[in-house]
Amino acid sequence: MIIDHPLLGPRDSAEFTYMGDAKLIDRPDPDAATAARDFYDYAYLRDNPAGWHDELWFHEQGDRSWLVVTRNTITHEIRQVRLARDVARARGRST
Amino acid sequence: MSQKNRISGGQIDRTKTLNFTFDGKRYTGHPGDTLASALLANGVRLMGRSFKYHRPRGVLTAGSEEPNALVELRSGARQEPNTRATTTELFDGLTAKSQNRLGSLRFDAMAINDRFSNFLTAGFYYKTFMWPKAFWEKLYEPIIRKAAGLGSLSLKDDPDVYDKGFLHCDMLIIGAGPAGLVAALTAGRSGARVILADEDFRMGGRINSETFVIGGTSGADWAVTAIAELGSLPNVRIMPRTTVIGAFDHGIYGAVERVGDHLATSETGKPRQILWRIYSKHTVLAAGATERPIAFDNNDRPGIMLASAMRTYANRFGVAADKRVAIFTNNDDGHRTAADLHAKGVKIAAVVDIRPDVPRSLDYEVLHGEVVDTKGRLGLTFAEVKLGDGSIRTLECGALGVSGGWNPNVHLTCHQRGRPTWNETLAAFVPGGTLPPGMVVAGAANGDMSTHRALQGGAQAAQTVLDLEGPLPDLPQAEDAPINVTPFWYVEGASRAWLDQQNDVTVKDVKLSHQEGFRSVEHLKRYTTLGMATDQGKTSNMGGLAIMAELAGKTIPEVGTTMFRPPYTPTAIGVFAGRHRGKDFHPTRLTPSHKWAEERGAVFVEVGNWLRAQWFPRAGETHWRQSVDREVLATRASVGVCDVTTLGKVDVQGRDAAAFLNMIYCNGFGKLAVGKTRYGLMLREDGIAMDDGTAGRLAEDHFVVTTTTANALPVYRHMEFVRQCLAPDMDVQLISTTEAWAQYAVAGPNARKLLEKIVDVDISNDAFPFMACSNITICDGLRARLFRISFSGELAYEIAVPTAYGDALMRKIMEAGAEFDVTPYGTEALGVMRIEKGHAAGNELNGTTTAANLGIGRMVSGLKDSIGKVLSQRAGLNAEGDLRQVGIKPVNPADPVPAGAHLMKATGPVDAAHDQGYVTSACYSPTLGHAIALGFLKDGSARLGERMRLVSPLTGVNVDVEIVSAHFIDPDGERLRA
Amino acid sequence: MHNLTTLTALGGADARVDVFDHITIAENDGLALASVAARMGQEAACQAHLRTLLGAVPEVGRAVLHDPEAGFWMGPDQWMVGAPRATHEMLADQLKDHFGETASITEQSGAWVCFDVTGPAMPDMSERLCNIPIREMAAGDVRRSVIHQLGCFVIRRDAPDHIRILGPRASAQTLHHALITAAQSTA
Repeated sequence: MIIDHPLLGPRDSAEFTYMGDAKLIDRPDPDAATAARDFYDYAYLRDNPAGWHDELWFHEQGDRSWLVVTRNTITHEIRQVRLARDVARARGRST
Repeated sequence: MSQKNRISGGQIDRTKTLNFTFDGKRYTGHPGDTLASALLANGVRLMGRSFKYHRPRGVLTAGSEEPNALVELRSGARQEPNTRATTTELFDGLTAKSQNRLGSLRFDAMAINDRFSNFLTAGFYYKTFMWPKAFWEKLYEPIIRKAAGLGSLSLKDDPDVYDKGFLHCDMLIIGAGPAGLVAALTAGRSGARVILADEDFRMGGRINSETFVIGGTSGADWAVTAIAELGSLPNVRIMPRTTVIGAFDHGIYGAVERVGDHLATSETGKPRQILWRIYSKHTVLAAGATERPIAFDNNDRPGIMLASAMRTYANRFGVAADKRVAIFTNNDDGHRTAADLHAKGVKIAAVVDIRPDVPRSLDYEVLHGEVVDTKGRLGLTFAEVKLGDGSIRTLECGALGVSGGWNPNVHLTCHQRGRPTWNETLAAFVPGGTLPPGMVVAGAANGDMSTHRALQGGAQAAQTVLDLEGPLPDLPQAEDAPINVTPFWYVEGASRAWLDQQNDVTVKDVKLSHQEGFRSVEHLKRYTTLGMATDQGKTSNMGGLAIMAELAGKTIPEVGTTMFRPPYTPTAIGVFAGRHRGKDFHPTRLTPSHKWAEERGAVFVEVGNWLRAQWFPRAGETHWRQSVDREVLATRASVGVCDVTTLGKVDVQGRDAAAFLNMIYCNGFGKLAVGKTRYGLMLREDGIAMDDGTAGRLAEDHFVVTTTTANALPVYRHMEFVRQCLAPDMDVQLISTTEAWAQYAVAGPNARKLLEKIVDVDISNDAFPFMACSNITICDGLRARLFRISFSGELAYEIAVPTAYGDALMRKIMEAGAEFDVTPYGTEALGVMRIEKGHAAGNELNGTTTAANLGIGRMVSGLKDSIGKVLSQRAGLNAEGDLRQVGIKPVNPADPVPAGAHLMKATGPVDAAHDQGYVTSACYSPTLGHAIALGFLKDGSARLGERMRLVSPLTGVNVDVEIVSAHFIDPDGERLRA
Repeated sequence: MHNLTTLTALGGADARVDVFDHITIAENDGLALASVAARMGQEAACQAHLRTLLGAVPEVGRAVLHDPEAGFWMGPDQWMVGAPRATHEMLADQLKDHFGETASITEQSGAWVCFDVTGPAMPDMSERLCNIPIREMAAGDVRRSVIHQLGCFVIRRDAPDHIRILGPRASAQTLHHALITAAQSTA
């Protein structure tokens, strides 16, 4: 596959390491009353859909960016590639 | 013997003669020949024996779709079985042998199988060799294995080398026939970067096999001119002998270039083949079409071949399949073969056409009828024809050309889930549905069968995908004959009529499979093995589908096709391995002291990709234990040195560096003073231990983190994940420095005295206490880092210098330590000392253990958030009686305590239900004089002193042991702080 | 002054040179290297310092081939700076002084082996080594890529037949073997 890196342009997916569901960005609040339950869901209940999926890919043999790749797991079509850091900020992970 | 079937013409170089042997007999051919064409020229029709029935076989085709003419090519270590004679380019000195025979090719003793053909039908093995059970392994399988199969392996290492490579282009054109050539010319002239690949050694595709005129010149000459122009364009890469074997995601194609297969042996150092990974923006598939046969009884005799192949042998190679040939066809194309061969002086016995309205000829007889049977033990002698009026006529002929119509080569259009669609006019599948992104199809592969339409399609394809403006380029005049084909798959009543000649699947087998309930085409394929041979059914699948459709009362498109998968043609495993074999299978990482260790005769061990010194044998030591025991005792008695560069190192800087470490480590780092080091334990988010190491604070905003050797990369990846995805606005910068520093552990009571001779600073216990760290200089000014940390349990330091100085530092340490008899130690002694000290390592951090299991549960700070904290607190990981790390020693000092063995109570049953724990690490402790072990025991901390049994029923271990503290030596840590 | 001597990455006292008909592979033992990573919120100041040092800020996927210091982009807000070791043995310290609090500097001199590959067969050889589009690359283009499973930086230098390869130093011998093999395949 070719992943269109937001900074570097098209790169062979062989340069990347895969980590699955990008919901891993949404780490729960450890101080919440429901933290135990939230972290259980976070650690174990990830999506693995047949179809569109936001996934984490690490450009290990490149610029060491974590990316959020929106990929169709059936056709392998890639619709969007974003820097995970930007996604994390957009989802309110800035401290 | 002269080449008795050689006729005039063809694209061979008759000025040169090549010598070759087949089954030990000498023959000659010419440059431009394939092994198959040269054998046919020499009158050799019999080239092999079939897979199951050992029936005599000759060539069916003249290309890569060949199911029959498979040979063992070359000899010795280079012998390659199942090589298609039809694609093997003839070279001087070529040797080939026929295969799958017992005795000679002409008198194959296994041909008896043919007599028992009634029993050897589809599913024969499944049905027959069911009982008695024990017979399968001992009797049936060895016999079947001996009888079935094709060529044999040399069983020697492949002496050839293979490369991998990477190419980039705007347009990849697959196939250099008329469509491909025009596409390449159109794209090439526009300046696009073009790769033109063709599996053949001579480019031009089908036009090299025809007598067509293109633009006033012969098709073959037109191709030569086109190639010459392409060759003059610097933006065009012409790749003959290159098969595109697969279409992968997003415009990535795999292609095998056969660089040296047409040479006697490849030049030293040069690859035999190259596996190219081609990155292409656009692709024009111009792979042509494959003719399909018609099934009739005994249609597999040597001499019976595709009509197009017969034409190829005549036109391209100047070879007549025989002096007297017949044609059997359901379409106009078959008649071309008769016309071409007749023009070359070959006697046409007759053309048999299934259509009542057969095209007539003045030159030879044309019959309306069907070939119903053939004769000839080792080669065709007679064809029996049932005429339209029902009468039988026997034709004397040595070759029979069969044409059942043409199948576009859609394979690569289907590698990305695409499914072909049915075309009624062609009675064939054409590309349809979803093509791989960026691909267009042109020429015969797209169902455009005439030369004119191929030229037009190629030009159109190039213009469309490159978005070129303007009208199509001027195309040369070429034939534009219509397709006239009447679908006809097999002769009524045919039974022993071969569909898949390579796997010996007949019409009868397909019928049987249907009768036994295999209705899905995928089931048919697997039950009968139709299309599962190395030719992947290129000439046979359609026949099978058609018969299946008829039996099921469906249309062919309703039945559908099986999936096409890469590779397009059989591919040598060696080319997938490339250079990555033997010692080059993976990269090797050498430590900075490697050269020095080699000089000292160290024994090395692979740790991941690293080569580390395992121990340093001395003269007179005959067993590794002698060396390791000596290294341990010498280190504990005086001082030892060990290369620990392989531990992962990550530089962590930034204002939020401490906060970041608080996040990744379960224990706290915020209050760690500058100049101090601390042990850190990283958890996974699920609360399980991930890795451990130390972090030294070199400045307020600068830490050096170490990881275990094995986890260096995953931990770095994890740290980047936390930095970028969980804490995107922390001021933290990370970079790996594992290889930037050579780092040595200097351990033992004399470690300080030794280092004091080297370092430029005060390292007294007061100035540089346990867990201190600092940037220092050594040897009058070389920058270095010093950490007072200990894995061995002794007074110890780790000292690091830039890698280039690593060799010099090791020699310096040895020189300075001579007066203390400094002892280099390897990974074994390192391991023994850490077990003696009770330090957890990879065996204990095994992906199932928590901080609590490791006995350091209290380290998990409750005061701050950290990865894994929340889930480490869940009830399931904190139950009463959970595993705790303990030490284990044998009651009888002579007994072993092997790793992997399980702990059982001193009395009571020994079974999994009563398991109390297990041993993770074990060694012989030279310090204590007996075996020791670390392990996990239920409620272990409360059971110190308990007598237990250590058992391993599989290996016969049953030892009385005592549970002790994991800290076998210096439990109070006095040595560390000395 | 200390009297410790260095070994080259290939373990020799002197840098190794291998000459083929159309390719020369030269170990380059003369480089000092350090990484520069902008501190959060200091990106502009860090880039200004880069500009005074190199004359320009290396853009994504690019190097600034400047003397004596040169630099290339490694990742977001991160660059590698190189200079001759003979004059810049203490490059990391020099950079710390130059960048002050605007960047994190990490010494990288010992982490890499460097090979200069030159000759007319260089593009052919590159195609057997890694997936970089060598024929489209211009002087100053930099790609991180994989050569024989090793993560390497490939820098297209000024001369059209010259690339510089930075690979992991501990695997210098593996990388060298891969280069020699590819040279023999193509030269």
